Amino acid sequence: MRDFSYLRATSAEAARQAAALPGAMLLAGGTTLIDLAKCGVAQPDTLVDISHLKGLDRIEVGERGATIGALARMGHVADHADIKSRFPAVSEALWQAASAQIRNMATIGGNLMQRTRCPYFRDPSNFSACNKREPGSGCSAIGGVTRGHAVLGASEACIAMYPGDLAVALVAFDAIVHLGERRLLVDDFFLLPGETPDREHAIEPGEMVTAIEIPSSAAARRSTYLKVRDRQSYEFAAASAAVGLELEADGRTIRDLRVALGGVATKPWRARAVEDALKGKVLEPDAVRAASLLAVEGAVDHGANHYKIELAPRVVARAILKLGDAA
Amino acid sequence: MTVHTRHGDASDGVLAEAVGGRLSRVDGPAKITGAARYAVEQQLEGLLYGALVESTIAAGKVRAIDVTQAEAAPGVVKVLTPDTIMSLRTASDWFGTPPPDKPYCPLARDITFSGQHVAAVIAGTFEQAVAAAALVKVSYDETPAIVDLSDGKAGDGIPIDAMTKEWGDAASAFASAPVRICAAYNTPREYQAPMEPHGLIAHWQGDHLTVWEPSQWLDGMARTYAEWFEVPFENVRLVSPYIGGGFGSKALALSHGAVAAGAARMLGRPVRLVMTRPQTFTGYGGRAATRQTVTIGAGHDGVIQSIVHRGVNETSIDGMWVEPLGSVTSIMYATPNFSSKQNVVRVNSVVPGAMRAPGENPSAFGIESAIDELAYEVGIDPLEIRLRNYAEQDPHAKKAWSTRQLREAFAAGAERFGWARRTPQPRSMRDGNHLIGWGVAAGTYPVRRAYGEARVRILADGSVEVESSSIDMGQGTYTILAQTAAETVGVSADDVVVKLGDSRFPRAGVTGGSRLAGVMTGAVYKAATSALDQLVGLAISDPRSPFHALQANTLVVANGRIASPRGEGPDVSIAELLKSVGRDQIEATGDTMPANSTAEDRYKNYTTIAMSLPHTEGDYSRHSWCAHFVEVRVDEDFGTVRVSRVVSALDSGRLYNPKLAESQWKGGIIMGIGQALLEEGIVDRRHGRIVNDNLADYLVPTNADIPDIEVISVGIPDLHSSALGGKGVGELAIVGIAPAIANAVFHATGKRVRDLPITLEKLI
Repeated sequence: MRDFSYLRATSAEAARQAAALPGAMLLAGGTTLIDLAKCGVAQPDTLVDISHLKGLDRIEVGERGATIGALARMGHVADHADIKSRFPAVSEALWQAASAQIRNMATIGGNLMQRTRCPYFRDPSNFSACNKREPGSGCSAIGGVTRGHAVLGASEACIAMYPGDLAVALVAFDAIVHLGERRLLVDDFFLLPGETPDREHAIEPGEMVTAIEIPSSAAARRSTYLKVRDRQSYEFAAASAAVGLELEADGRTIRDLRVALGGVATKPWRARAVEDALKGKVLEPDAVRAASLLAVEGAVDHGANHYKIELAPRVVARAILKLGDAA
Repeated sequence: MTVHTRHGDASDGVLAEAVGGRLSRVDGPAKITGAARYAVEQQLEGLLYGALVESTIAAGKVRAIDVTQAEAAPGVVKVLTPDTIMSLRTASDWFGTPPPDKPYCPLARDITFSGQHVAAVIAGTFEQAVAAAALVKVSYDETPAIVDLSDGKAGDGIPIDAMTKEWGDAASAFASAPVRICAAYNTPREYQAPMEPHGLIAHWQGDHLTVWEPSQWLDGMARTYAEWFEVPFENVRLVSPYIGGGFGSKALALSHGAVAAGAARMLGRPVRLVMTRPQTFTGYGGRAATRQTVTIGAGHDGVIQSIVHRGVNETSIDGMWVEPLGSVTSIMYATPNFSSKQNVVRVNSVVPGAMRAPGENPSAFGIESAIDELAYEVGIDPLEIRLRNYAEQDPHAKKAWSTRQLREAFAAGAERFGWARRTPQPRSMRDGNHLIGWGVAAGTYPVRRAYGEARVRILADGSVEVESSSIDMGQGTYTILAQTAAETVGVSADDVVVKLGDSRFPRAGVTGGSRLAGVMTGAVYKAATSALDQLVGLAISDPRSPFHALQANTLVVANGRIASPRGEGPDVSIAELLKSVGRDQIEATGDTMPANSTAEDRYKNYTTIAMSLPHTEGDYSRHSWCAHFVEVRVDEDFGTVRVSRVVSALDSGRLYNPKLAESQWKGGIIMGIGQALLEEGIVDRRHGRIVNDNLADYLVPTNADIPDIEVISVGIPDLHSSALGGKGVGELAIVGIAPAIANAVFHATGKRVRDLPITLEKLI
């Protein structure tokens, strides 16, 4: 069998140092890592177990925002009363992700590091070409089965979709990822594939996600996460939208709007064009639907995923109008 | 999920423990607590583990296999290739056709599909085997593959003359019909996806082979293993007490079994080999992809004048699978003119196999969609048009139905569903963003009959033991055979122990085609009657019996006690009687074979399907029937379809245990929802390979996808179909669900989807 070392980290600092060595990977909930090891994609030499570390699983919600430790479980965050009331889109994104069993194991830090579900990426024995797995080897997905692939943010090297839900909500509300002392917008933490699809996150060797911080805002308080898919549960999004809305005192003019898309792009996709088109405007259905079309500006399909270009603006519009109705 | 159930006449209204009662599954506690030990959970001394290496091309030849690295890997005992695995003999097929006299190699040199087994690693642990399998280097000479039915190289295929069904002059009648519709209906590759993947432990002791393997057919698989290894049939023992889902996929011995048993023989140690989840999509066949065209000529009154049906299904390059696509088309509606023909097309895929209601399932999708299209064309209610074309006899066999409670099913289902409140126009029912649609479709499945064998023992403590090599894959065999023996002998079901899933027990044919319950209740009834006769005979005639002096002609056994019919004389327990006459048990083996059957007949009956009785034998045509009423909600913007209500009325004749029958019906309906909305094997056309070969990407319904399901039994006992009056249960309910949903989607949206599954991009 393929041997690897298992190291139980004694502190976050020790974990960071151990994980900096070549071939080392951090192990928290294991729901992604063990899956990828089984399909032959992840082949770590050393697993650095951080799942037991104290103090990294705290969920703190104050006036300025929420700070969620990297080891907090998806299920705990989804159920947290203050997260539900102040950041409903975050809670909704989490409980619509994965299954109850996975949410009970998976951590928030691990969730940010989730890899694509591209079937070509996940099957090295049958598809040797994958720039994400093996830089320079090519892309098996282009010209193949592309129903689940990205229409936004893709490159000639990679069209793999970012499959997660939580980060879509985080990007909408300008959340910040803590890499120890270093702070980074979640939007900047996720990288476009470009020429280097193997590099998915702006994280350096020796760095570890320690927490995420979500600033409070009126838009975050009045927010929702709408996920559309063929199966009612336990499926990745065909298209999803995290939307937050703040209205002026008149109850109909849009003061602040946050829109991010999931299921359609190579990373969590902030749709600022939609936000800019509607801010300062009166919230009414035709204007919302027209502006929502801007969400897929520049989208390129690969045939079977064309429906995403039709679908995503409708998901955005529905989410905005739903929040408007709740006035 | 909330599930409401009602049961009709066929539930008999009897005690739970008797035949027809609602006894809960007797094997339930063992499964829920984990006490039930599945095939590959056996612990054996010296067990080795196997891992398969599969082809990564769909067509061509293996040029070379480099095993150097794999052989050097830790724990590896043997790397098997086509050159190094022991040679086997070709086995007969499931009809018992004598095989060609040539060797059989379960590892392939000639590649005809992606995922074909080309090598295997046997090692000391599972992890060692898997790691070493990744080190086997296979090189190929690749040739172009025929990817699927739509491949330009696929051609029209091979006509299967045996599938042709014709009467009247269908072409002319269609040409002159006032109303004509014609449409093509397609179903994709679908997969059984059982929770328990295929796998086995093979263990040789001399020339005797024991195989622990989930099996829907112990005696058939034992025959194949015996023929492969050229040992007597009696030398092979199959053991399969529990099965984690089969759905048709576990009835035959497959090539991975030959690899494991061959390795065990070569190495002189037991070998365990379990398929990975991706291998369950390529190591054996799911439901074949199908194409059908259905043309119907009718009057303006909706009365059918002609049906012309053409079907095609995929098969493999070197195997033959026929999915009978005209099976429902030819019997559901009365028509004076009919023509159905079918071709099969060879493609580079594993040979397709049986999956819940093979034939009837896709056949119903065609005809039950087409008649819905006709209903809209002529402006007649979809339920009414089915009644106007009701077949009063089998239109193909021209025989009376044994029983056909389909009219009753339509009536009961429509009443319960509230069909009369349906507004006919598409897009006429709405709730906010949801378009609401109501659809109806019928289903049917033939009654497949065969002969069975069982042993019944009445033991010294008064308990009863039943033995049979038939199996329980969740459908309830353990339970209904306990009920049958309990009622027949006159004891409580708690005092009956049923032993199944061991080929050393009295033989049984395949558990497939919804035949087992009818076959085995008949066999157990016969054996139990024989045991009871012996018991009563002893009680009357043995000089030591307390009843001896009574000089009775007969005695009654009830609740485990024996007494005279009128109550005079003694009243003793079975245990007391056996003790008094000095017997420690009574044993009877019974079978339902014709009286003059030879040993060869019996062997053939239990190890092939050649002796199944035609469902149109004699004066009657025997089938189960059902009517499904479905409500869907389609999000107008997103195209997502959710089934929000199902009411199905079903005629499976008499139900031996309504609780278990309802459970199987609901299972079929749930599987049909998956077929209609989610399931599809997606092929990469460049590689000829399924890419969604796992349960995250091949979608089956979750509980959240399943609404209220109400099932209503409208069956009546049908003694032409089985000894105790039941007809088939397990496959019936999936038949017709997909067209009922597609019809409801049309009613909701005005869009007719003729290609399954109905995914959102087809509706936005």
